[in-house]
Amino acid sequence: MTTISVTVNGKQYTHDVEPRTLLVHFLREQLNLTGTHIGCDTSQCGACVVHINGVSVKSCTTLAVQADGAQVTTIEGLADGATLHPLQEGFWEKHGLQCGYCTPGMIMAAADLLKNNPNPSDDEIRHGLEGNLCRCTGYENIVKAVRYAADKMSAASVS
Amino acid sequence: MTTEIKERIVGRSIKRREDPKLITGKGSYIDDIKLAGMLHVALVRSPYAHATITSIDARAALAMPGVVAVFTGADMLDINPLPCAWAAGRVKNNVNTPRALAVGTVRHVGEAVAMVLAEDRYIARDAADLVEVEYDALPVVVDAKKATEPGAPQLHENAPQNIVMEWDCGDKAKADAAFASAEVTVAEPIINQRLIPTPMETRGAITRYDEATGEFTVWMTSQAPHVMRLLLTAFVFGIPETKLRCISPNVGGGFGQKIFCYNDMAFTMWAARKLGRPVKFVEDRSENYKASTHGRDHITDAELAGTKDGRITGLRVKTYANLGGYLSTIAPGIPTTLYGRILSGVYKIPAAYCHVTGVYTNTAMVDAYRGAGRPEASYLIERMIDRYAGEIGMDPAEVRRKNFIQPEDFPYDNGLGMLPYDSGNYEPALDKALAMAGYADFRTAQAEARQNGTYLGLGISSYVEVCGVAPSAWVGLAGEGWGAGLFESANVRVHLTGKVAVTTGSLPHGQGLETTFAQVVADELGVPYDDVEIQWGDTQGTPFGYGTYGSRSLTVGGTAIKKSLDKIKEKAKKLAAHMLEANEADIVFEDGKAYVKGSPDKAKTIGEIALQASLAYSLPAGMEPFLDETSYYDPPNCTFPFGTHISIVEVDIETGRIALKRYIAVDDCGNQINPLIVQGQIHGGIVQGLAQALYERAVYDEDGQLLSGTLMDYAIPTAEMAPHIETAHTVTPSPVNPLGVKGAGEAGTIASAQCVMNAVIDALAPFGVKHMQMPATPERVWKAIHGA
Amino acid sequence: MIPSIFAYFAPTSVAEAIGLLTQYGDEAKVLAGGHSLLPAMKLRLAAPGVLIDINKIAELRGVVINGQINIGALTTWHTIEHHVGLKGVCGVLPEAVAQIGDIQVRNRGTLGGALAHADPSADATAVVLALDAQIRTHGPNGERTIAASDFFTDMLSTALEPSELITAVICHKLGAGEGAAYVKFPHPASRYAIVGAAAYVKLSDGKISTCRVAVTGAGPVPTRQGDTEQAMLGSDGSAEAVAKAAKVSGATMDILGDIHASEDYRRAMVKVYTKRALTTAIARARG
Repeated sequence: MTTISVTVNGKQYTHDVEPRTLLVHFLREQLNLTGTHIGCDTSQCGACVVHINGVSVKSCTTLAVQADGAQVTTIEGLADGATLHPLQEGFWEKHGLQCGYCTPGMIMAAADLLKNNPNPSDDEIRHGLEGNLCRCTGYENIVKAVRYAADKMSAASVS
Repeated sequence: MTTEIKERIVGRSIKRREDPKLITGKGSYIDDIKLAGMLHVALVRSPYAHATITSIDARAALAMPGVVAVFTGADMLDINPLPCAWAAGRVKNNVNTPRALAVGTVRHVGEAVAMVLAEDRYIARDAADLVEVEYDALPVVVDAKKATEPGAPQLHENAPQNIVMEWDCGDKAKADAAFASAEVTVAEPIINQRLIPTPMETRGAITRYDEATGEFTVWMTSQAPHVMRLLLTAFVFGIPETKLRCISPNVGGGFGQKIFCYNDMAFTMWAARKLGRPVKFVEDRSENYKASTHGRDHITDAELAGTKDGRITGLRVKTYANLGGYLSTIAPGIPTTLYGRILSGVYKIPAAYCHVTGVYTNTAMVDAYRGAGRPEASYLIERMIDRYAGEIGMDPAEVRRKNFIQPEDFPYDNGLGMLPYDSGNYEPALDKALAMAGYADFRTAQAEARQNGTYLGLGISSYVEVCGVAPSAWVGLAGEGWGAGLFESANVRVHLTGKVAVTTGSLPHGQGLETTFAQVVADELGVPYDDVEIQWGDTQGTPFGYGTYGSRSLTVGGTAIKKSLDKIKEKAKKLAAHMLEANEADIVFEDGKAYVKGSPDKAKTIGEIALQASLAYSLPAGMEPFLDETSYYDPPNCTFPFGTHISIVEVDIETGRIALKRYIAVDDCGNQINPLIVQGQIHGGIVQGLAQALYERAVYDEDGQLLSGTLMDYAIPTAEMAPHIETAHTVTPSPVNPLGVKGAGEAGTIASAQCVMNAVIDALAPFGVKHMQMPATPERVWKAIHGA
Repeated sequence: MIPSIFAYFAPTSVAEAIGLLTQYGDEAKVLAGGHSLLPAMKLRLAAPGVLIDINKIAELRGVVINGQINIGALTTWHTIEHHVGLKGVCGVLPEAVAQIGDIQVRNRGTLGGALAHADPSADATAVVLALDAQIRTHGPNGERTIAASDFFTDMLSTALEPSELITAVICHKLGAGEGAAYVKFPHPASRYAIVGAAAYVKLSDGKISTCRVAVTGAGPVPTRQGDTEQAMLGSDGSAEAVAKAAKVSGATMDILGDIHASEDYRRAMVKVYTKRALTTAIARARG
């Protein structure tokens, strides 16, 4: 067992973990943050995407010990209190989800995408979400949802 | 009290009420559920596709700290194998179904041989690796056609030549005669490759057993928890249904794979009872790929006959349907009722015949996958129409138009034993799609592009499908062979405060039923949308229902709600007459209010009526308190949505890589309650279908090893691999149900594979390509071009 | 989905890491980005007894551009992809790196990790070969530099000694008359290269004076295409010359087939992608 200290969604946690504990299992099993999902075992699907120090990662392909000392943000920490993040709002407005299983990872990946490219074209959105699989929506409305958020966030940064 | 008329919300694209918890990470999926004292299961799975188990040694696993028990199939002989609830109708069926854990023989790679129960999932996994199983390998067959040949390895003693059933439909003599006298015939081998459904959430089950009462509670990733309760109690465990409660929490996509009764439901129940502790099992993705059901996998010879001027005169089809190592819950029904009986599609074909051989092979079980039988049928007829059009040198759009069933032909009997098509008007959908695609100018542009070395192709797919399969008298044991009926249920209660609770046997897992159903209820009762609660998913507290699949939940489940609402309104009118001291015959109920005809100012709201019904101090003689009505709706017929899709592709002839340039979908699913949700269903369906055309295939090698066993090998589309989709619709209400709805969940998938394949083959016409098997991988396309 | 048990070390210096590697030998695996290793461990295709996580060795990170380009072994794909300075002096690197995996993979995956793992379908291997990069390593016996052309020895095998660590990759800055390109046919599911081709050319007086072409994905080892390079030398870089040279690409190389692409098809694609990479590289060299 190794002791790690991680700040998740602004709250600090100190836990003993086996070194082999995957970050996604640490979040889900030890911290009960079950919004981060597991959809594959080969790092393809992106259901487990969270941010470590502001950068999106697949938490199924990261050891919990590697997050020692880091700031982790999960889907549960994205909204500002009761105010949804523009991406959450966009997914709701544009019907960007059906079963909702890929949604947390998709939103966290999209947040990183918009950080690097605040005004992406539809093609850039599609390319930027290549690490996330959705089996329900055909992606059409996911693209619209990300566009909605991009527009809203750039409008907010201008005003 | 307000008097303005409440705005109707049926037909409006309101955003989903399901979403707030899902976008904030507060959904509750199976793996999110933790129970005190819960044990975790890891499975030992067969690495062989066909073998005799000679020994299982669990001593090392049991010695590991944290391991509580290891069980094998031999421990569970006190429960029955899983049932097959659908024996293909009126033919002999050689039924073999899986046990909770294998006993004696394994018949596909990944079959569960032993279960390890441990205090956490990490320990369980480690211990499973320590269970030593010895096997004697047996010969393997994975191809359905080869499995029926003399000398092929035999999977089950009671199924000679591995044949599950021989089934046919249509008129063989008439079809043979049509071919004998045909001006033109075309024939193609058509392979509808095996697919893996891949809901983003894998499957799983958690069981808690109450020793004091003998009651089980099973949380399951199921599209049909009521059916699971029936199958697990009456067939597997032999206990009363009342001793099992099944709960589907949020389910992360199903696409058919989560309809069925699986071994994990049974072995978690068995182990929870044995050990007196809750037991949890959730698959890894690679386990899901090896051991949960797959879809499609047909090997077919198809023939079409017609005149030189484009009139189709006959269709003949012979299909081998691979059903896997055992029969899954409704497996034999998919390549029969849902395939053979709809093969003639949107066309008047005077003579059609289909023969299907269902076959066991050393592969994962095959059962319904989005569309289930109908994509295979639609792919076949639409591919053959293009092939025929090419043969006679006629525009494929015109061949379609010329042979369409006409509006005046409905209800239409297709001669294949399907119930009469309810309604349709195929030409406007075709015309709309052609107009959107700019079809009139496309051929010129295509010819010019070819001059510049750019190879464009356009594909058309005009489809019809069958939704809301019913009535029970037709689909059930006496008819098509289902082990049960296919009705749906709903209970509606108007509480004292006027709030409305609806419980449904349907099981939404992405379809937006909470929103759609609430829209219907709000309008019918004239109550605020937010006052309506839709409850589902728990067999304790919802009336028996068959679940959500086959695009049936709005047509059948929604109509069950409508029927309960009608009963509520009838009772409300009776009570209002009593309250208003009027004659019931003079009472009008509209917009949530009941009043005497001509006096809308003296109305009683549904809330006031509900309060009166609940307090019950003044009811008409003989009236029971409360507004609470349950309905079971068994439709008189199926519904038949239709439409035309068009795609345009560009082929890089140097590499064979295909770019999807445009995708146009014109669908008719009857009336739309929530167009935003309908559109979402269409989008998703299309991408799953075109993925079959371009990307997806499950591949077994000769030894029965699944080569496409992870998401690194099995290519489901990313956003970049999916096209932008242009949608439009026509509206031809269904006369079958009072909502006039037809279903939209599978239409996209049923329409799209052949739409893209027809486009690819059109692009390759200059190279003499007339047909190609799916998926049109770059290599296949390149070989077709370069004759390699 | 669950790795086997291992002992975990997170050294903070190269010397400490090498000490651990020396101590544990074959039992140990180095964890850099982990996006090849951890998936293999989760599927239990790999089960190292000791994991040496080098991510805390800060000196291994970062890109330094002076007379040449020095990229620390632990520099992530993301850093390379978005590095402003690199675009001007060695644009092929960000170009190739942008085609690796997905954003999350690029946020974690590292250049050194990919080279040490030497996946036959990796993208970066072809690029370092075409750039004739130098791979700087550190081991118990000190530092050494291995030419990329000597580095990839066999399927998943390199010239790296068991106790050695890659510390940096060094390549030269591309100037006027030089051009390079990487083009790729991605696997639809894994996004690795079914075939990837990297090309570098230098023009002198309008003629090609240096040419290097490397192919990944097609065979067990990323491979320089000597025949193609020879065919290009002295040519004017015309479409005809490129087409002719591309025809011999892959001719002497081992090519593998699988369910996604047969040997025949891969062989054909090696030629097509060689042609495309050369065409773009030459256009860039012409400026």
